[in-house]
Amino acid sequence: MSRETTLAPTHPVEEHSDRFLQHHFDSHEQQFAAGKLGMWLFLAGEVLFFSGLFCAYAILRTLHPESFAMASQLLDVKLGTINTAILLTSSLTMVWAVRCAQLNQRRGLILCLSLTLALAAIFLGVKLVEYSHKFHEGLLWVGSYNPQVETGTPPKNGVFFSVYFAMTGLHALHILGGMGAITWLIVRSVKGHFSSRFYGPVDFVGLYWHLVDIVWIYLFPLLYLIS
Amino acid sequence: MAIASELTLTDRSDAKERSSEEATNYLNSSRGWKSWLFTLDHKRIGVMYLVSVLAAFLLGGILAVLIRTELISPEREIMDADTYNHFFTLHGAIMIFLFIIPSIPAALGNFILPVMLGAKDVAFPRMNLGSYYLWVLGAVFFLVAMTTSGLDTGWTFYTPYSTTTDASVISATLGVFILGFSSIFTGINFIATVHTLRPPGMSWFRMPLFVWSLYATAVIQVLATPVLGITLLLLIAERALGIGIFDPSLGGDPVLYQHFFWFYSHPAVYIMILPAMGVISELISTFSRKPIFGYRFLAYSSIAIALLGFLVWGHHMFTSETRLAAVIFSALTFSVSIPSAIKVFNWLATMYKGSISLATPMCFALSFIFLFTIGGLTGLFLGALATDVHLHDTYFVVAHFHYVMMGGSLVAFLGGMFYWWPKMTGKLYNEFWGRVSALVIFSGFNLTFFPQFILGTRGMPRRYYTYIDEYQGLHVLSTIGSYLLGVGLVIAAVVLIVSLCIGKKAAANPWGAATLEWQTGSPPPLHNFAETPTAGDPYLLEDYIYDEELNGYVRSDRREENRTVPRTKKLAELQESGAES
Repeated sequence: MSRETTLAPTHPVEEHSDRFLQHHFDSHEQQFAAGKLGMWLFLAGEVLFFSGLFCAYAILRTLHPESFAMASQLLDVKLGTINTAILLTSSLTMVWAVRCAQLNQRRGLILCLSLTLALAAIFLGVKLVEYSHKFHEGLLWVGSYNPQVETGTPPKNGVFFSVYFAMTGLHALHILGGMGAITWLIVRSVKGHFSSRFYGPVDFVGLYWHLVDIVWIYLFPLLYLIS
Repeated sequence: MAIASELTLTDRSDAKERSSEEATNYLNSSRGWKSWLFTLDHKRIGVMYLVSVLAAFLLGGILAVLIRTELISPEREIMDADTYNHFFTLHGAIMIFLFIIPSIPAALGNFILPVMLGAKDVAFPRMNLGSYYLWVLGAVFFLVAMTTSGLDTGWTFYTPYSTTTDASVISATLGVFILGFSSIFTGINFIATVHTLRPPGMSWFRMPLFVWSLYATAVIQVLATPVLGITLLLLIAERALGIGIFDPSLGGDPVLYQHFFWFYSHPAVYIMILPAMGVISELISTFSRKPIFGYRFLAYSSIAIALLGFLVWGHHMFTSETRLAAVIFSALTFSVSIPSAIKVFNWLATMYKGSISLATPMCFALSFIFLFTIGGLTGLFLGALATDVHLHDTYFVVAHFHYVMMGGSLVAFLGGMFYWWPKMTGKLYNEFWGRVSALVIFSGFNLTFFPQFILGTRGMPRRYYTYIDEYQGLHVLSTIGSYLLGVGLVIAAVVLIVSLCIGKKAAANPWGAATLEWQTGSPPPLHNFAETPTAGDPYLLEDYIYDEELNGYVRSDRREENRTVPRTKKLAELQESGAES
């Protein structure tokens, strides 16, 4: 997204008495550019982090196709779809928050961040419901696989569920981390730190949040929509 | 001296001001342990890293000497076989994760990179401090592992042994996971710093080669380390929960673990060597008093090594992967040797017809070229499938990687330490004993590891506690060599520590180099530069002339007459408009 702020050129002394301009940067633009690049690099690393699991998925699915075959019957596609909608909406509220910060709309910023946080919490709540179902039915990873399903025949081994818990579990940890970051942003927004001059942290946490959303968009079809 | 008197008054008085006794620098600008523990100053963070990684090196080194002592005969000397397994595992893991990987980037790079760029700090100082805290936390997890059930899997943690042994695998792998984040944060910081904090006049191709090497290293750190992270998390999950990905008894594939592990660990070796090569470029140029030869080749080759390094991980698995995979990886492995060789030729060409000064850093640089060349060439024998099947998991491999990691990275690290020591501490050390340490280290190193090449070709397997009698002669040589190597390292340590107490005061530019860190005081002031300098050519050494009174080099005002390199229009414009004296 483009930076539409039009910062009037300021006298260097004014810039440096600004507590949100760190001493080693010459201007807000330079600081913003550095922060943005830093977050993109972190996200590149996150992609590689998750790619190990996607690779494991591909290999284990090839080696144990029967375990994956009936998977979508065993997962609750309705809940998965709801969660997808929730996360997509949370990305919308997050982007809206960035826009509010850029336009000096403090109340809107706090509202949008709080909505994003709430949606993330609901996502985790739904996941908790799904996980507890799986625990009750004994549909866990290989080492604890003990299927007690009421309808249908479960696969022979829990390889699919190993992959399911590893991928959604790691994703959920990232949602938790993101919630922590958003909470921190809300605290700072209430204190009035963000403005059209300085909104980098909101922008960068927003980028992180979008990545978490994109990872789910890949997870959902790969886990819930296969048959 | 005729030359000194022709210097302008400005040069002399500027230089004098910088070395004034009363001037505050980053070391005395604030006092107390809190001013160090909570510092955001990259120089202090670099110093803390330096002390920490050297402590890890000491621990890893003690383990090494104990291992070599045990191996002096086939019988039990000082430990039983189980303890031996723990010792070689911990030696490897500590040296790789706690020492070599952070060493040059975090200890030297953190200090020097911003100053070389004329900047006040790295892009993200708080993340820099965080990266250091993560190193300490990772080290704590290692210490916990060492003091509880130990670690006997080899530093490679191969499954299924690592998932079934009752050693402290989870504690140690969590430690490595945390250290991985330390590395990633350093990488992110350096890339952002190089992109956004370069000074006026420093386009990409006017950056010092050390900066290029740190940049290439940082790219690997950011992209490769997360793969190690997920590998170790999966290993922990396999051990704790039994997810069935690597353990064959649960339907998993142990070769999959090897692929995951080496996908990071091969690029990791380039994290270890690229910064070292960057240091060598600086040393060879400065101490040949000649601009570096083939600047663009050296810069591009760092990037090439970083990228090609991601394609060759399978050469660690020739005996466990499919034949087709082995053939492809062997061919790719030969490609990655080419940029490394290009570097060696460029360094040699730099020295040709140069005015060689055998200062201590140069002794280490010359050692590097010799030892790294041997290490690199022996890598080719391992890259060729027909020879690798005989040499895999023998002492030949052990010798190869010690030649590149120790004869390469460590020697360059020592060279860099001796080179930048006056800048970091403001002290000069005893040159004679510095050179002695370089000679003893070089001799001890070769005596330790050259016999291991022969042991390997004769079939001695690695990681073995005992061996047949025929091998003992070579083992004895190697053990004696390790003691000599230890002595050399102790001499180097003593030289540097003594300099802190009684060393002569260092000038701003004792070596006559042209990179920006030498344009500020030794040690640098808190914010590095009063005003952001304009960068010139980082290898235009003829601009710098020795001043006897200062015992250092200053920029000569007669550079127009002295110049032998034609000036470009752009350089002329920049220097006219720049903030130079």
